[in-house]
Amino acid sequence: MHIIVNGEPKQTKAETLPALLEEFSLDPKTVVVEINGKIVDRSLVPTTSLAENDTLEIVHFVGGG
Amino acid sequence: MEDALVLGGISLQSRLFIGTGKYASDSLIPEIIAQSGAEVITVALRRVGMQQEGVMDHIPKGMRLLPNTSGARTAEEAVRLAHLAKAAGCGDWIKIEVISDTRHLLPDGYETCKATEILAKEGFTVLPYMNPDLYVARSLVDAGASVVMPLAAPIGSNRGLQTKEMIGILIEELDVPIIVDAGLGSPKDACEAMEMGAQACLVNTAIAAADNPVLMAKAFKMAVCAGRSAFLAGKARVHGLGQANASSPLTGFLR
Repeated sequence: MHIIVNGEPKQTKAETLPALLEEFSLDPKTVVVEINGKIVDRSLVPTTSLAENDTLEIVHFVGGG
Repeated sequence: MEDALVLGGISLQSRLFIGTGKYASDSLIPEIIAQSGAEVITVALRRVGMQQEGVMDHIPKGMRLLPNTSGARTAEEAVRLAHLAKAAGCGDWIKIEVISDTRHLLPDGYETCKATEILAKEGFTVLPYMNPDLYVARSLVDAGASVVMPLAAPIGSNRGLQTKEMIGILIEELDVPIIVDAGLGSPKDACEAMEMGAQACLVNTAIAAADNPVLMAKAFKMAVCAGRSAFLAGKARVHGLGQANASSPLTGFLR
């Protein structure tokens, strides 16, 4: 399916958020995800599915002042 | 002597907050924390997959995280970043940073106030980064800021307490703690800010970009403690030109 992740168009076989994070080798405990402008609560990540043309932001903490 | 800084219901023994940006290696961070004695540490939020690696693996449990909203150009963007930071499960402290000027990196007081008001109403402990202007500071306090964080000099410039007079006015006039943030270049700057009555200092670049960041972290710790003690001790009066005042008795000289 076609989705947009952090501004980049992507093709993925993942149908759920956990599957997508695994595809990107990302630990769900270290990232926060927004789907179509709405934050996905950590507790809901395991049960969140993806849909065609979803727009995702996947962020994490980096060094900053 | 008990001298805690209470912020958002949390009692802090250390008055040195540190940042996590610009380290040659993030693996230095645990030792920096240990030597600085810091209990509060700032982090930024960015998209994954860019150059920056995640920093959380290097921050020991028990540190109080202070995520910033760097990258926000408007109040709306700052609020969005604050919500994402909270969803990351690191508590409800937020350093508001709204900057649209990319040359001087000066904070936008109006947008910062708007974001502060929204997030304080939602229950965040809001620490806004600001230009030390008395009216902006008062607006931030009215909007629910827990502290104000005036800049000493532009971010990352290491130019020291360029805004000393204006920060002095904030210390004099406001009832919330003043935490000097940005531009402090060396331990003497932090010491001076603390002697003036600032409640804490936030230091990133001056430590991270030192030749020996671990030793510099320790130096800042000592400077902040020295400045705080000097403030609490109450400084002796400064005498003017021609008013030298002998420390030793002026009688009983051998002749």
